[in-house]
Amino acid sequence: MKSLLKATVAAIAFAAAGSAANAADVKACFVYVGPVGDFGWSYQHDQGRLAVEEKFGDKVETAYLESVPEGPDAERAIERFAREGCDIIFTTSFGYMNPTIKVAKDFPDVKFEHATGYKTAENVATYNSKFHQGRYIIGQIAAKQSEAGVAGYIASFPIPEVVSGINAFMLGAQSVNPDFKVKVVWVNTWFDPGKEADAAKALFDQGADIITQHTDSTAPLQVAQERGMKGFGQASDMIAFAPDAQYTSIIDDWAPYYIHRVQEVLDGTWESHSSWEGLAEGHVVMAPYTNLPEDVVEMAKATEAKIKDGWEPFTGPITKQDGTVAAEDGVRLDDGAILGMNWYVQGIDDQLPQ
Amino acid sequence: MRIELVKRKEHSEVMVFLSPVIAVLLTALTAGIIFALSGLNPFEALYKFFIDPLTQTWSLEDTIAAATPLVLIACGLAVCYLSNNWNIGAEGQFVVGALFGSFLPVMLPGFESFLTLPLMLVCGMIGGALWALIPAFLKTRFNTNEILTSLMLVYVASLLLDYLVRGPWRDPDGFNFPESRIFSDAATLPSIPGTSISMATVITIGIALVLTVILTKTLKGFEIRVMGQSPRAGSFAGFSSKRLSLFAFGLSGALAGLAGIMVVSGEMNQLQPTISPGYGFTAIIVAFLGRLNPVGIIVAGFVLALSYIGGEGVQSAMGVSDKIASVIQGLLLFFVLACDTLILYRIRFSSRRAPASAEVSHV
Amino acid sequence: MFEAVLLTVITAATPLLIAALGELVVERSGVLNLGVEGMMIMGAVVGFAIANLTGSGALGVIAAIGAGMAMSALFGFLVLVLVANQVATGLALTILGLGLSGMIGEAFIGVPGLRLPELYIPGLSDIPFIGPVFFQQDAIVYLGFALVIAVTYVLFRTRAGLILRSVGDNHGSAHALGYSVIKIRFMAVLFGGACAGLAGAYMSLAYTPQWVENMTAGRGWIALALVVFASWLPLRVVIGAYLFGAVSVLNLHAQALGLGIPSQFLSSLPYIATIAVLVLISANRRLTLVNTPACLGKPFVPDR
Repeated sequence: MKSLLKATVAAIAFAAAGSAANAADVKACFVYVGPVGDFGWSYQHDQGRLAVEEKFGDKVETAYLESVPEGPDAERAIERFAREGCDIIFTTSFGYMNPTIKVAKDFPDVKFEHATGYKTAENVATYNSKFHQGRYIIGQIAAKQSEAGVAGYIASFPIPEVVSGINAFMLGAQSVNPDFKVKVVWVNTWFDPGKEADAAKALFDQGADIITQHTDSTAPLQVAQERGMKGFGQASDMIAFAPDAQYTSIIDDWAPYYIHRVQEVLDGTWESHSSWEGLAEGHVVMAPYTNLPEDVVEMAKATEAKIKDGWEPFTGPITKQDGTVAAEDGVRLDDGAILGMNWYVQGIDDQLPQ
Repeated sequence: MRIELVKRKEHSEVMVFLSPVIAVLLTALTAGIIFALSGLNPFEALYKFFIDPLTQTWSLEDTIAAATPLVLIACGLAVCYLSNNWNIGAEGQFVVGALFGSFLPVMLPGFESFLTLPLMLVCGMIGGALWALIPAFLKTRFNTNEILTSLMLVYVASLLLDYLVRGPWRDPDGFNFPESRIFSDAATLPSIPGTSISMATVITIGIALVLTVILTKTLKGFEIRVMGQSPRAGSFAGFSSKRLSLFAFGLSGALAGLAGIMVVSGEMNQLQPTISPGYGFTAIIVAFLGRLNPVGIIVAGFVLALSYIGGEGVQSAMGVSDKIASVIQGLLLFFVLACDTLILYRIRFSSRRAPASAEVSHV
Repeated sequence: MFEAVLLTVITAATPLLIAALGELVVERSGVLNLGVEGMMIMGAVVGFAIANLTGSGALGVIAAIGAGMAMSALFGFLVLVLVANQVATGLALTILGLGLSGMIGEAFIGVPGLRLPELYIPGLSDIPFIGPVFFQQDAIVYLGFALVIAVTYVLFRTRAGLILRSVGDNHGSAHALGYSVIKIRFMAVLFGGACAGLAGAYMSLAYTPQWVENMTAGRGWIALALVVFASWLPLRVVIGAYLFGAVSVLNLHAQALGLGIPSQFLSSLPYIATIAVLVLISANRRLTLVNTPACLGKPFVPDR
């Protein structure tokens, strides 16, 4: 039995060596939580993968696994890539964090990159984008454009990233109109076009005239288009689905990061880090400002430029919903406070699920 | 030409073994055509899909790990289905079992003793059983259709898990991310020393064997089968269909709950908003493919797990989309179900028109 | 406000209503097809694809119906001709449908869809409240209501309906009377497939005019529950579909009002409500036993 095992191991090692010799210099592998056809989160990550292929040609080989549910399957999928000779593995969902760390321990020579988490190791880096920067800008636009003074927010799950997005949106809006109102609806899904559309309708029916979303489908914007209302895209440019309704869209562009990190693996300079970049580095991109008057476009562009110059939307004065002060005037919240945010700013018409 | 089924006098022993083989061959043939149409080398793809996972230790272990919860849940479901109790909510029982079992390591993380793990497993079984007893109780008391109630409770269970993991059971050191704290070593289900095969597999095989004995050699097994085939005859023999419903649901819920806590404790080491890739539903298919027989279920669970692991294999090696993998799984099931007909029936092709009286020309 | 909520409820209820009606006919004939989700998603993708390629919503709808029927024919062949287990075959149909629709739909991701036009009836559509609610919907909504009337009429007022129900209640005697049980059931299964396909087309051409994988998101399962909820009576399917639609829409409204109830609790309300109503209905034995097809899920093989 033992010798059989040995023979098998040897055969695998041989096979692995054989394939490495005539294949590309680096193999980059990606694990997605949704189907690449969701036109949202996983779709954008796959666009990043395709950009890597295009940039490096034969030098880099890529592979991906889609629709890998968080849970027991995740660890197996990540481990498969580690065994199959991937040099760098991108795991693109928060729930993959502990499986990634676990597998990384057994494969010290493989580099791992986990999106949206907080645990790192010698061979595990984390990366995320400052989406809240874009949300501040669209908050400003919403407050300028809304006649009702009320915006609707379709939220997925009360995780810090979503909460900080709602707060950034509100802070942006309040910078224009201190009395601005935001109505929040939690749909408890990242992706259910029907439910998202219903939520958009409910928000419009309750008096919002602009909506924004932290869910993945284009359905809410389509509702806005039909009703002659306005909204903002999410993850990708959704202008094709709502040519008259979309003001702009907060695009996740993973391509620069993926290309940069794969290049470092090629050069042998890869090191673990925690990357959290935004508009300045092009990891978050604003889609063209459309359906807007000139002065609002100017304002949005000015804010975008200010953020790119290093200004942080979460700069005081910030008051929490319960009236306590989160940041004094001119004080900037530290990264940890933003990444772990579990409170609303004052003025939001909702109670945070605890 | 017409296709006619002619019932065999006895079910064909040859076909019992031959029908799955025919089904796999037909699947391979169809899958090969699909691969070829997608511009891939069908032989390479088929090899990657069905054979490659068997040739390497790690992929074989992965397959066994994936098969374990499927087999355990399906064993319980078999008892339900044999006795005419249509529990299709095992997914929810799996989740609630995991929740009950996780109470100790999440709420009392300091309690680390040799008792921790056994207590967790027992709690998991109790949780799954309680959740399963809801549809059973509604069925016996109010005559409510158990297919629907057990299914509805799946959604409720996963929302309950979601609520706990995002709220009260959230890891206090986890920056408000939706996950529980990580279980201590005392709360982690170990592997068989020297291998990476989990204790869960051993427990599962043990339970499957015990269940085989119960079903074939004991009065309880007789009662289950009689009540499934003919409840009237059973009631003459003094069996109570209500008590049996409660028993079957309770047992299958307990096994699903055990599977849940073993996956969480052995593989994930924490609770997350999703803890099952649909094990509870896939197990229904495993139960039928295994012909509601624990030994058959072990084989069926392995084959289905193989199709998942193999599907991932072709996806990663050849860039085949995971949609093709699920199409092939669907086809495999269809062919197996279709070929099983051959066990009980012979197929006769005849050109004879059926008597006109047996037909209705309009509906 | 009430009018607006009602409009949202109509859209949310229509796919459930249509798919459940089809399944109701299938179950009345004594067959349990758990593959509604698979047939529905195939209807959604094929409907979207054909409407997009031809530019005609009507052709899309017809193609969707065809796709649903093709899937149901596969199911019918297995469970009726080859006497395969209905529960397992239905589940397999769903797996196949989800995979196949993903493959077919790959080319249509991110493509803006065609929206079925809302019918406008001069005069009627302009009446306040009644006009927008009853006379400004797309054709499928009306088709749904027409189906309710047609199915009720055919099932309970015609000979064909009587035969269908007798096949579902006692296939042995129906066969003895000279009816072809298999043939009648096959027609019912095909009808169920057509309805599921139509419901899918409603998803991808009217509800949310786009194609994304898995877009039916479990609505086929809800439709199955509605059939039992309705104790196999078409008019009650309407009530059930609208009740379910209303509860899920009101959940979103309750949140937008800022009531501060955990959203998971609100999201689980439709399911808990369904269980509660199921219990209430089935506790009344007279009601359920009369309408439950006695041969539901039992295979039939003619002895020759």
